[in-house]
Amino acid sequence: MVAEGLRKVYQPSGFTAVDGIDFALAPGEAFGFLGPNGAGKSSTMRMISCVSPLSGGSLRVLGLDAATHGPEIRARIGVVPQEDTLDEELTVRENLLIYGRYFGLPRPVVRERADRLLEFARLTDKADEQVAALSGGMKRRLTIARGLVNEPEILLLDEPTTGLDPQARHLLWERLYQLKSEGVSLILTTHYMDEAEQLCDRLVVMDGGRIVAGGTPRELIEAHAGREVLELRVPPGDQAVTAEKLQGLADRLEPLPDRLLLYTEDGETALAAVHARGIVPITALVRRAGLEDVFLTLTGRTLVD
Amino acid sequence: MASAALQPPPARTAPHSAPHSAPPPVLREFSYWLHRYRRTWRGTVVISVANPLLFLAAIGAGLGKLVDHGGSGYLHGSSYVAFFAPGLLAAMAMQTGYIEAAGPVFQSARPQGNYRAAAATLMSPTDILGGHLLFMAFRLALSATAFTAVVAAFGITGPLRALLLVPAATLTGMAFCAPVAAWSVTVTRQARLNGVFRFVLMPLYMFSGTFFSTDQLPGWLHGVIACTPLYQGIALCRSIVAGTATAGGSALHTGYLAALVLLGYLAARRTFTRRLNG
Repeated sequence: MVAEGLRKVYQPSGFTAVDGIDFALAPGEAFGFLGPNGAGKSSTMRMISCVSPLSGGSLRVLGLDAATHGPEIRARIGVVPQEDTLDEELTVRENLLIYGRYFGLPRPVVRERADRLLEFARLTDKADEQVAALSGGMKRRLTIARGLVNEPEILLLDEPTTGLDPQARHLLWERLYQLKSEGVSLILTTHYMDEAEQLCDRLVVMDGGRIVAGGTPRELIEAHAGREVLELRVPPGDQAVTAEKLQGLADRLEPLPDRLLLYTEDGETALAAVHARGIVPITALVRRAGLEDVFLTLTGRTLVD
Repeated sequence: MASAALQPPPARTAPHSAPHSAPPPVLREFSYWLHRYRRTWRGTVVISVANPLLFLAAIGAGLGKLVDHGGSGYLHGSSYVAFFAPGLLAAMAMQTGYIEAAGPVFQSARPQGNYRAAAATLMSPTDILGGHLLFMAFRLALSATAFTAVVAAFGITGPLRALLLVPAATLTGMAFCAPVAAWSVTVTRQARLNGVFRFVLMPLYMFSGTFFSTDQLPGWLHGVIACTPLYQGIALCRSIVAGTATAGGSALHTGYLAALVLLGYLAARRTFTRRLNG
């Protein structure tokens, strides 16, 4: 998949959702778009899944031009939209059967695949229940199973675990690992940095319709956040004064509304130096830098407000 | 052949060239709606069949007695129930058509709706529209058949005329379905669907000749009403029951309704494509 100068402008509002982005993906890769709500991630996904025409630039998916080969591309990709788009009146199995028929697959083929996919999604014992009765995590797994009914080479997942509890998320991640190990390319959007770190070989950080950085999670963290972070919680009124006193102790200092972040190679040493200057924080925490820090550094804002 | 044999086999069977056994996309969407209908048909029987029959019994037979007793030149010698039944059939087709085309299309076009799921597959917006319209026609024909069967059973109309009533009522309903679908796919607030029902459909129901002959109205108003699709549908159905259908009149009514279906369909193709592939 190769995108060059990809743009999406919605009419008639003239709103630019995606503003000239470039990216390329290798087969079998897990690739992520990380960014806050409104960054242009979903619009990008809709263009990749050929349900939204490009406003500018070029996009090739599986070697085909997205502008002219929509149906051919859609036949070979799987889509897991942000909203589940399941039919709640129908049963779990019926949802798979209907969707398979939309691809023109013969009935026996769809039936056989539905059985396998129910197994994969751990929904075999729910097969004949109405979708309305499923939990959020089950609905999500069903949507993923449905997206696999045409045996796609690429699976697009738009915010796959938003709104799920931790246990449901972990089960879902585990299923996605298995798909990846079977050679399916994954493209996902997320505003959770832990999800991006868990699942993505490579990712780009999006903000305001543009790509602001890209690389492996480790590369991004090293380039934009450093190794460790010292988090200091100080009394609300003392922030500015404390920040002043901390000058020179870290590579970079990021004041947040409720705490101060010090980016440094060695958090413990920095903490010792903080104490040596006579500063007494309410709490102090040393942790490894993560993608949240990358985003904060690049945009000056947090991912989830 | 030798070089072809050396080619590695494709890794997986790509389904993008649909197998010959697969039905055309329009029928796949139709089959989805049928599938759904297997679960929801009970509720629709009440609104599309039982309610109109209660209406027919109460107004046609009850009020009809009063009208027939007084006698009216506008009925041209027929009983009131024979006058009212075809009007009610056409009005019922309008109402069923609106109910089928407004809510379900609106719901399906929302981000979590079924149209969105279908649009991510090999289905084009035109396929989705075509399949859904086909289902609406099926629903209309089904309701019209049930209603007409009862009307024929009571001897209000003969069996041959009843057979003609079903396509006439279905066409009347479709003259609403296609334009309404074109509109409702663009709607973002459900309240607007109810507004149109109350302020457009209900006046049509009351004044298009369902309950009384529009000849009774002032001339200018009659001219306005004659331009509405429900008036045309009622005129078509009533002429079949009364046996007063003429080739020219039927062609005019049918042509008017068919033109609405066609225009609605063409508009819907545009609005569906814009909404689903925007």
